[in-house]
Amino acid sequence: MAKPKKTTRGKQKARRQFLRTVVLGVGVVGASLLGYIPVIGRWRERVRPPGALKEHEFLAACIKCGQCVQVCPVNAIKLADMDEGFGIGAPYVDTRSQACDFSCDGLQCVLACPTGALTHHINYSHETEMAIARVVNEKQCLAMMGEGFNGPARGMAFKGKLRYEDVDRWNPIRVSEYPYELELCDLCVRQCPIEIRIAQCEAGKPPSGDENQCPPQHAIKLETIASEDGIVRKRPVILEGCVGCGVCEMICPPEPAVIVMDSKESRGMTA
Amino acid sequence: MKQLIKSVAVLLGADPKKPAPDDFSPEARTLHAEQRADKSRIAAIHAEIAHKAQNKIPEKWRRRRWTVLILVNLLFVVSFQLDIQMLEGALTGSRFVGFHMADLNSALQVMLAYKVVVINLMIGTTTVLIMWWLLGGRTFCSWVCPYHLLAEWAEMAHDYLAKKKIVKDHPFDRRVRTFFWIVFAVLAFVTGYTVFETISPTGILSRALIYGPGIALAWVVTLLLFEIFYSKRAWCRYACPIGLTYGLVGAVSPLKVTYNLSKCFHEAECKKVCEVPHVLDVVVKGRATEVDLFIGADCTHCGRCVDACPTHSLNLEFKGLGQLLK
Repeated sequence: MAKPKKTTRGKQKARRQFLRTVVLGVGVVGASLLGYIPVIGRWRERVRPPGALKEHEFLAACIKCGQCVQVCPVNAIKLADMDEGFGIGAPYVDTRSQACDFSCDGLQCVLACPTGALTHHINYSHETEMAIARVVNEKQCLAMMGEGFNGPARGMAFKGKLRYEDVDRWNPIRVSEYPYELELCDLCVRQCPIEIRIAQCEAGKPPSGDENQCPPQHAIKLETIASEDGIVRKRPVILEGCVGCGVCEMICPPEPAVIVMDSKESRGMTA
Repeated sequence: MKQLIKSVAVLLGADPKKPAPDDFSPEARTLHAEQRADKSRIAAIHAEIAHKAQNKIPEKWRRRRWTVLILVNLLFVVSFQLDIQMLEGALTGSRFVGFHMADLNSALQVMLAYKVVVINLMIGTTTVLIMWWLLGGRTFCSWVCPYHLLAEWAEMAHDYLAKKKIVKDHPFDRRVRTFFWIVFAVLAFVTGYTVFETISPTGILSRALIYGPGIALAWVVTLLLFEIFYSKRAWCRYACPIGLTYGLVGAVSPLKVTYNLSKCFHEAECKKVCEVPHVLDVVVKGRATEVDLFIGADCTHCGRCVDACPTHSLNLEFKGLGQLLK
C-alpha cells in the first residue's frame, strides 16, 4: 500500500486517533496514580505479617501473590483490596478477628515469601515486630474491675482460632470451643504466645529442645493495683518483648477490645 | 535478523511497512508474479469462498487454548481451596510443586521499586523467562491470562454489537503501550511502589479467583465495558505492559506461527479474527518477502488464524521440531 494521501478527512481521523490516545495515556496512568492517595493519606494502618519490612519497602518488595496467605495454619493473613491503592494485594493481619498466634512455629509466611518483603533474616516468633500492643480501653478491662471470666472468650459465634498446647499443639481450634473459668480475667497474659513460650523455656522444655526459641524479654504482665475495697484488681502492662501478634486483642472479651495493635510507630524490619 | 528487527519494531508500536523491491527473495518474487496469472488458483479461491460461506471457522485451537487457560487458573484455585499445594500463590508469583515462579512484569516492578533482588525472586524470574522464551512469550497472554478470556468474550460482544451498528471500534496509536511500559517502569523506580500492580487486571483477576472477589473487580468490569462499547480489545492491544514484556521475550522464541506464501490466497480471513492484526501484515498481497516467514513478536499464538485460514498457510510450529503441534 502506498502512503495514503493525507486528505483533510484522513488528517482529521489521524488527529482524532492521536487525541484519543493521549486521553487513554493520561487516563490509565492517572488511574494507577490514584493508588497513591490511600498510601500517602495512610487511610489504613495495617498490621503486616511477621517479618514485614518497613511499610514503604514492604509495599515495594511485595509481589502481591498471597503465598503467605496460603501457608498460614490459622488463616490470619488477608490480602488488601483496591481501596488501599498501591497496597492492593498486599497481606495484612486483622488481629481482632484472627491474630497471628505463631501456630506454625517456623514462621511459614516468611519462608513462603518469594521476594523478601517478609524478610528471611528472622527465624523465631520473638524476633518479629508486627506492631505494639496498646491498652486503650482500660475502663472495660475485666481484670481492672476485678472480675473473672467464664465461657468462650469471644462468644460462640466467633470464628477465630488459637493453638492450645493442652489440646493439640499442631491443630489450632476455634476459641469458641475452649471455654474458660477464670476467677480473675487474665486472658491477655494467659494466651500471649511469647509468655507461653517463656513459660515453656523456664520449665526447661523449649520447642524441639531449641533454646533459640526462647524469647529474651517478657511481652505482657498483669500488675496488681492497690485497692481499698478489698477486691483484687490488676492492670495489663505491655512490656518490651511484645511483637504485636495481636493474640491479646483477639482474645479480649469486652467489645471493643481493651488492647489494640498499634502499627503506626515501631513497625517493620530493616532489610 | 531484518525480520526480527521488524518484528520488534511492530511490537513496540510501529506500523508495518511495505517492503522495498530489493527486499524480496527471488522465489517470493516469482510467486507473487505468478499468482496474478494462475487461472487454476483463481478457480480454487472461488471454490474456497463458496466452501467458507457454508462453514463456520473451526474452533480447534480456541478449544485447546481455553481448556489450558481454565485448567491453569483452576489449578491455582484448587491448590489453595483444596490444599493440594500443586501451584501455590497467584499469577504474579507462585510455586509449582515447590519451584519458584514469578511473573516477569510483576518481578520487574518489584525489582525496580525495591531495588533489591533476593535469590528466590531471581530463581523464579529466570525459570519463567526460560519457560516463556521456549513457549513463545505472549503465549502467556492467550493461554494463561484470565483477563484474556474475559476480553475474548467482550470482543465477541463488541463484534456482535458492531455488526448491528450499535458500536464502532475506536483504535488507538499502538505506540502508547510502549509509553505505558516505560512510564510504569519509571514510576516503580521513582516512587518505590509497584504502581502498575494497582490496576493490573491480570493480578486482580488471579487473586480474585484464588482468594475471593473484591471491589477491584469493578475496575476489570470497567475495562471490559470500555472494550465492548468503545475500543475492541483495547487493554491487550494498546495498554498492557505485561504483554509487551512477554512480547520481547517471545521475539526470539522457537515457538512461532509460520506463514507460507505459496499456499496463501490473500483473503485475510486471519486478520479478521486476530487480536493483533498488525502482525499479519505479511499476508497482504505483495508483502511477503520470503516464501516462508514467521509471524512477529506481538503474536499471542492463540491459533485463531490457524483455525481461520482455509488454505493452511498459517501454522503453529516449534523451530527445529517441525509441525509437532498439528
